[in-house]
Amino acid sequence: MSRHISEQFDAELETVRRQFMEMGGLVEQQLRDAMQALVTHDSALGDRVRKRDHEVNRYEVSLDEQCIHTIARRQPAAGDLRLLVTIMKASTDLERIGDEADRIARMAIGASGHELPRSRYEEVRRIYELVSKTVSSALDAVARLDTQAALDQIAADKAVDDAYHDALANLSKQMTQHPETVPQTLAAIWAARALERIGDHAKNIAEYVLYLVKGKDIRHLPKGSLEDQ
Amino acid sequence: MSERDTDPARRSFVTMPADDGTGVGLKLADEEVSVEVDNLSLYYGESQALKAISLVIPQKRVTAFIGPSGCGKSTLLRCFNRMNDLIDGVHITGRILLEGININDRDLDVAQLRRRVGMVFQRPNPFPKSVYENVAYGLRLGDNIPRTEMDDRVEWALKSAALWEEVKDRLKETALGLSGGQQQRLVIARAIAVQPHVLLLDEPASALDPISTLKIEELIHQLKADYTIVIVTHNMQQAARVSDYTAFLYLGELVEFDATDTVFTNPAQKRTEDYITGRYG
Repeated sequence: MSRHISEQFDAELETVRRQFMEMGGLVEQQLRDAMQALVTHDSALGDRVRKRDHEVNRYEVSLDEQCIHTIARRQPAAGDLRLLVTIMKASTDLERIGDEADRIARMAIGASGHELPRSRYEEVRRIYELVSKTVSSALDAVARLDTQAALDQIAADKAVDDAYHDALANLSKQMTQHPETVPQTLAAIWAARALERIGDHAKNIAEYVLYLVKGKDIRHLPKGSLEDQ
Repeated sequence: MSERDTDPARRSFVTMPADDGTGVGLKLADEEVSVEVDNLSLYYGESQALKAISLVIPQKRVTAFIGPSGCGKSTLLRCFNRMNDLIDGVHITGRILLEGININDRDLDVAQLRRRVGMVFQRPNPFPKSVYENVAYGLRLGDNIPRTEMDDRVEWALKSAALWEEVKDRLKETALGLSGGQQQRLVIARAIAVQPHVLLLDEPASALDPISTLKIEELIHQLKADYTIVIVTHNMQQAARVSDYTAFLYLGELVEFDATDTVFTNPAQKRTEDYITGRYG
């Protein structure tokens, strides 16, 4: 994209874009640490994740303020307008991903002292592998304005949902077989649920990429119509 | 996917109606045609100011022409009521049809054309006469209208131009005593008194303060119920606020013409995007 006549305008958009990517990096880190805390029963790490959630929230507020400032003062149009709208909406999803990471950290802290054997977290870990990939590819798609990657990632959300439902079935079975571990297994189920929600937020972000690049709103389209995009 | 996502009836509540006055969801293909421009080129002597322009101006909508200085937007506007006839050395090829009639036909009565296609300029240009006489002027040129009917027509035109309340007690005073914004609305009243079909506005608010500008924009919004309006403006936010359709011209070419909503959120051409976002070409 060529440069604005107003260099200050370019600088404002660049700052917003950079901060969004920084926020994305922080949220990925939060998710990684929260999972680590849960699987390794590291409540100190869980504490750190919970404390850092404020930073994630601050990013969201700051990005909103900057976008509103630019909309009010510069009346952006076309691609500039779509960028600011995308960042305002996508940062809300990032913040929610942060909240879900915080929830997993809370499970990690709550479960400490009476943990499940590591093998019991396999189900959850499998969802995490899929979800962490979708989050990072959603952020990459924003950074590279890559609509194909965004579409691939939207399609990949189904694998997350399938893994979640498998995990739910298996963890429920474990609860019946080992009633003494119900509280801990419940924690694993809540973590799986949080990861599934994170997948949905990553999918939202990928959908915004289509709007950002092509101006198309593909949210809530009937099944099957996505292939036309 | 939930039922809500797939059921068309559930989705329809988020689809804006096509004609709710916001201009959202309009499509050129659905419009009645007021003016049709067909392969129009215009030369000032040797220099070509308009290059093979084809577009349709939809009826009872606001169409904005935008583009940098010298792009040909005012020249194109002036073609619609043959104002370019007044400039030496102008040569036109192609056709302009107003409701199906070729306006460049040699036999056409230009005075009649200008009653059908009224024009308002950048600087308010009231005649040095009373407020009343300014509006009555065009009416007197045409039909022989009795005094009482003339009073009614003047009042109607001033009301239509959202000026009546401000001038009803000073109809006999000189129009030159009105503010710039009032003068511009008076000129619009004068233009609509003869009940034209098309109203051409050439930078109608660029000499006005922000409040007067908003009053003119509000007036444009009201007038489109009865008139086809074409506005030339340098102010892109104004085009975005008042128009239903926007044409972007650059160096005499029509680069893009589409619903204003589309042009300002998702233009098809890079040159349009660069211009409306304030980028170097």
